[in-house]
Amino acid sequence: MDYYIMKNNQRINLLDIPTVDFGVLRAQLAATNLRPVSFFGSDWGQNIKLFVVLADDEKGDLLVSSALVDKNVKEYESIAKDNHQYHMFEREFYEQFNIKPLAHPWLKPVRKNQDNYEFFEMEGEETHQVAVGPIHAGVIEPGHFRFMCQGEKVYNLEIMLGYQHRGVEDLMVKKPSNQLAESICGDSVIAYNMAYSQVMEELCGMEITLRAKLIRRIALEMERVAIHIGDLGAILGDIAYLMGKEVYGVTRTLVINTMLEISGSRFGRGLITVGGVNFDINNELSKKIVDTLDGVKNTVEKMTKVTLKSSTVMSRLEKTGNVSKEVAEELNLVGMIGRSCGINLDSRFDFCDEFYKDFERKSFKATNDAYSRFKIRYKEIIESILFIKKFLKKLQDCETEKLCVEKKDLIPNSFALSIVEGWRGELVHVATTDGEGRLSRYKIKDPSFNNWYGLSMAVRNNGISDFPLCNKGFDLSYCGFDL
Amino acid sequence: MFDTLKMKLYQKKQYIPDIKNAPMRSQFRGLPVLDNSNCDKCGMCKGICPTGALNINPLSIDLSKCTLCGACKNICKNNSINFSSYYKLGVDKKEKLIVTEGLDSETYHKRAIEVRKEIYSIFNRSIKFRQVSAGGCNGCEMELNAAGNANFDMGRFGIDFVASPRHADGIVITGPITKNMAYALEDCYKSTPEPRIVVLCGACALSGGVFQEANEINREFLDKYKVDLYIPGCPVHPLTFINAVLDFIRKK
Ligand code: SF4
Ligand code: SF4
Repeated sequence: MDYYIMKNNQRINLLDIPTVDFGVLRAQLAATNLRPVSFFGSDWGQNIKLFVVLADDEKGDLLVSSALVDKNVKEYESIAKDNHQYHMFEREFYEQFNIKPLAHPWLKPVRKNQDNYEFFEMEGEETHQVAVGPIHAGVIEPGHFRFMCQGEKVYNLEIMLGYQHRGVEDLMVKKPSNQLAESICGDSVIAYNMAYSQVMEELCGMEITLRAKLIRRIALEMERVAIHIGDLGAILGDIAYLMGKEVYGVTRTLVINTMLEISGSRFGRGLITVGGVNFDINNELSKKIVDTLDGVKNTVEKMTKVTLKSSTVMSRLEKTGNVSKEVAEELNLVGMIGRSCGINLDSRFDFCDEFYKDFERKSFKATNDAYSRFKIRYKEIIESILFIKKFLKKLQDCETEKLCVEKKDLIPNSFALSIVEGWRGELVHVATTDGEGRLSRYKIKDPSFNNWYGLSMAVRNNGISDFPLCNKGFDLSYCGFDL
Repeated sequence: MFDTLKMKLYQKKQYIPDIKNAPMRSQFRGLPVLDNSNCDKCGMCKGICPTGALNINPLSIDLSKCTLCGACKNICKNNSINFSSYYKLGVDKKEKLIVTEGLDSETYHKRAIEVRKEIYSIFNRSIKFRQVSAGGCNGCEMELNAAGNANFDMGRFGIDFVASPRHADGIVITGPITKNMAYALEDCYKSTPEPRIVVLCGACALSGGVFQEANEINREFLDKYKVDLYIPGCPVHPLTFINAVLDFIRKK
């Protein structure tokens, strides 16, 4: 097969990426069992260039290939028809470049034209539709859910998004900044800013210091801990176990207030910049972080024990919203949700991040239901706290290092990619530069891009009243998807 | 049952008793403190500001655009730009968001929100909002949710978010207002009974923030309807939000 093999966080020359015939590429993709992590078009003079990145998770390799699509080509044979993992990617490509995948099983709008969206419908006795959104009951982002129900039971859920679409990818080319990267998806500030900064550093050929790398990873794990704890509370809130909701809620406050002490923002805004980080963690602060996290761990352990002993909680969590491993694999579910379905993907380990290689990769006994999504969070909180402590210890070895290195210019004709395991899962940023060294394309794939469809599958054949519980368990991003 | 009670004892009291004077960590970037005296007008800060919030000659920061990111402070060699941890930043008129040299927190707060007699007489200290996220990144949304948690507990002051606009006294808007949300936002606004308080939360809602130049936003709503409260931040801190609302509904 015709691919250029690269690693995570690497820059390659655009000209090194093989360009094959569109039909050949299509056939290759339909046949391979490597999963796609990026699939996007880019304006190429008069024509369009289609880039594809596949992941070989076992080897930690990323395989890049491309095809030049003549501007006169207006349709092609869909890949998704043979390989469902391309279903969203092809819809997106069609929306952005108007090249139609023929025989695509589910060709619907992604972020635009909601007025023309045709919902799946069914008829019969006891069948009815429930439409929810875009504005939901709580303080959350907008999206539209259309349930096809038979009585109380959900037969199908269709999710129409796009309400948050701000045009981020174009804006990233026009006016890139760390602040913009942080605001693409404000619950994953660190993950997004880290991916953006890493891509830009690669494109400029900058090597940042060990200290900066460590501080970034400490923040990334803190983000995971904070959001996971908040989510445990939110899940319990949705099944009216208020004690748990409040205890996890205030415990999360401790973590984000520690983030505030590091960076001046509860979500770590302003911490990461292209070239390194803006704030240091000195020994005193480091001790404080360890103390706080010890307390947090203690509370989380206690609360989780009490929660899982409660039969009312367990009866709601267990066997609710099942997604089998087969379905999860077919849909290419990633990240924490993937792991809760038994798919052992974790880009921190799969793509050989040197900082994680010493850590033991503990297995997780997935039960594929709401309980599994609760337990995986608990496991990851405890794990991340351990990682943070180890990183903090390592910080002492590089006390004298600079936080931030000098900025450089972008290197022309480059292609760079960065995958960061945010708390939701693999976040992929890809950028290219043109012959003059300007950004020419910026592509983002949030883990939610893969996982929204998983939520639809989870609620099938469940009571509609279990939807909030399933939704919180997935806790997917609207703005990360809509961009 | 006993475990749950034990847990409750272990947790103790978590709420902040005096929300109006709650202490804030010194690292928090709140009200900017500007100093022209050693500023050499190099323009570095203006160059790095992602939202065009900053002007030199003389120095000023427009909090409707500012994300309080601190980049300007970091790049300034002359220590002309600093941030205090003062968090009561909400105002009732957009012009009041321009911060210049010598503006201290007391002066800022004194003129920030004028007492409107009719507000107190209509709402009598309790106000319910419908929140509409129109392109918000989930940062402001998370902080607004946090305003109701056991720490900040705004419910005790009669401030709440409700599920239907029909039950609300007003709406709280976050995000730069995307084209795709413009219709739903207006619809929600119209479904709210008069007098329909409008609160904008966060740099995005106030000015478009980092998304000012994005292609897919549509801010016509704000040309059509009057805004009652502007609450800056990126995201808005729960204390900033609660205090602004409390100032808004207070009695003379
Ligand atoms: S803190 Fe505000 S004024 Fe300063 S650079 Fe950031 S957005 Fe601009
Ligand atoms: S103001 Fe900041 S935190 Fe709030 S929605 Fe906008 S980008 Fe997100």
